[in-house]
Amino acid sequence: MALIILAMIYIMPFIIQIATSFKTDADAAAHPISLVPQIWTTAAYRRLFLNSDFPLWFKNSVIVTVCVTAGRVFFDSMAGYALSRLKFRGRETIFAMLVAVMSVPMVVLLIPKFLIIKSLGIYDSYFGMILPLLIDASGVFIMKNFFESIPKSVEEQAKIDRAGTFRIFWSIVLPMARPALITITILSFQGSWNELSHFIVATQSPSLMTLTKGVASLASGQLSAGTQYPIKLAAAAIMTVPVAILFFIFQKRIMNTNEGSVKE
Amino acid sequence: MFAKTDTESTGNDFVPYAPKKIKHAKEQLSAWLFCAPMLIILGVFLVIPIIMALWVSFSDWTGRGNPFSAGVHFIGVGNYESVLTTPGLAQSDFGTAIRNNAWYTLLVVPLQTLLSLLLAVMLNRRILKARSFFRTAFYFPSVTSSVAITVLWLFLFGSTGSINAVLSWFGVKGPNWFNDPRGLLQILLAHLGVSRGPSALTQHGLLGISWWDWLAGPSVAMFAIILMVIFTTSGTFMLMFIAALQSIGEGTEEAAIMDGANAWQRLWHVTVPQLKPTIFTVVTLGIIGTWQVFDQIYTGTKGGPSKTTLTPAYLSYSAAFDNQEWGQGAAISFILFVIIVVMTWIQRQIMKDRKMSRRKIAYYEALKSETRGLRHVSASQLSSSANASGRGEDHHE
Repeated sequence: MALIILAMIYIMPFIIQIATSFKTDADAAAHPISLVPQIWTTAAYRRLFLNSDFPLWFKNSVIVTVCVTAGRVFFDSMAGYALSRLKFRGRETIFAMLVAVMSVPMVVLLIPKFLIIKSLGIYDSYFGMILPLLIDASGVFIMKNFFESIPKSVEEQAKIDRAGTFRIFWSIVLPMARPALITITILSFQGSWNELSHFIVATQSPSLMTLTKGVASLASGQLSAGTQYPIKLAAAAIMTVPVAILFFIFQKRIMNTNEGSVKE
Repeated sequence: MFAKTDTESTGNDFVPYAPKKIKHAKEQLSAWLFCAPMLIILGVFLVIPIIMALWVSFSDWTGRGNPFSAGVHFIGVGNYESVLTTPGLAQSDFGTAIRNNAWYTLLVVPLQTLLSLLLAVMLNRRILKARSFFRTAFYFPSVTSSVAITVLWLFLFGSTGSINAVLSWFGVKGPNWFNDPRGLLQILLAHLGVSRGPSALTQHGLLGISWWDWLAGPSVAMFAIILMVIFTTSGTFMLMFIAALQSIGEGTEEAAIMDGANAWQRLWHVTVPQLKPTIFTVVTLGIIGTWQVFDQIYTGTKGGPSKTTLTPAYLSYSAAFDNQEWGQGAAISFILFVIIVVMTWIQRQIMKDRKMSRRKIAYYEALKSETRGLRHVSASQLSSSANASGRGEDHHE
């Protein structure tokens, strides 16, 4: 019973959000909890898509997220493979550095990141938005742990056939790592889609606004003055859709809690 | 690109038995090539910038040109002094930000830990139906962006928003949440008839803030943000607790039931002690996370009303980017870094002292291994696919 009430509390805000996005401004202000709009209207959505920069923000978010995710999956797994399987001098040092890097709180890096992006001349470009996000230390970690769980004998056969390191990695080990690859794909997608602070310090021109930056500017009333909540809530709802779809498709994997080991 | 690397590494196919040394050197080379993207990106966008920012925090750079150019001077600890010891706006802003964030951490960390533990324990009961529905409901806020949630929260907690509408059913006139700078404790005291603090508290203070203001509690606006953050983070931590609960197994629980312990006793004396490592992780992550609150402030309140939602992370950003006080901004972010490290260290020390006694551990281990034998049987009967899908992520932590 307590659970049902709690679940209601958790779900309610989203239902109110959807309902309000179909209301008129006056209706939203007058009836903030009614779940049925007095007059159904898609004005907020029409205005977003036809009469604002919203499609541009969406496009930028898609570009950045796709590039970052592809890059992370590839580079994270390469580094993870080297750290778990290849013997080389300096491996321990690199691993120790990785752990140290993971413990640096990201938010204290805002100014430093801006400084380097500016001095590299990639400020206010897709390059500056994407490049710094291409590696994610925790993703390397996940891949390293996964590769360690694959038996070494798998690669031995290929080694006898004298396949090169990259060949072994690309056509033998990587296909076996599908569960881990899916995991970091989801994490990178979610992470870069929802990223805000990095884009704040890496860009300034309106043409490079992402959804997070754009919707944040909506919240403080750039596009819609005052209390035009339907349009703000509609924007926030749409930016949630891609992560929500991903979430519901891969729910089991995202919420992995070893259900299998529990007696139901 | 792939094909090229491929031929490179299989290039000596014609050598029937490559000497071991050459092989080893080749593995060295490819290992470094594999790590190169990571080393370059983390080095260029993490390590070098930190060194640059450290220099800026000791300099008088104004944001124009290169921070390493000749016109920029080393000014020692001046930037640190202006936020820490020199009375003035910079110091009182910093003090206010620390005060706000300290209250924020003080409320968010215990509440989110308790709530997520409670959710996990409730969801872990064996008889529960529709478990995955509830898990989804509680976890979903965690995957949505903090910007989207903040926009939603601004509506819910607006002066004519949903929360106040609900409160009005009970005859309560809700506050103008995001515009109310009054501290919660001071509101409480005002109800008790204390509207002005004793001069001992109002005359003296720390970091440009009087003790009376330090003790004001989080403002109403900050409280709304606190509720929001608990709403979004409890799902993630709930999953961590569920994973831990499932690895504990039910043997000890059953033993405790046999001994006649009631539900609360079992939770407190049997389950919670075994969850210590997870509680430690959750609290540590909570502390690290709460001292970094930025997105919600940037999207929502920008530090207002009356600076009561200003946090060090946001202050560092606005000092540098809005006020062009780059040295001060960098100095604040390094102080914040130290705060996070120290907080985590303190928390670690506290948890160390309260480790379980050896005897208790031995007792639990014995019970666990006893039940493990039982669980093996049932686990092997379960579909292997469920096990296989989980195996990949078993190693996350």
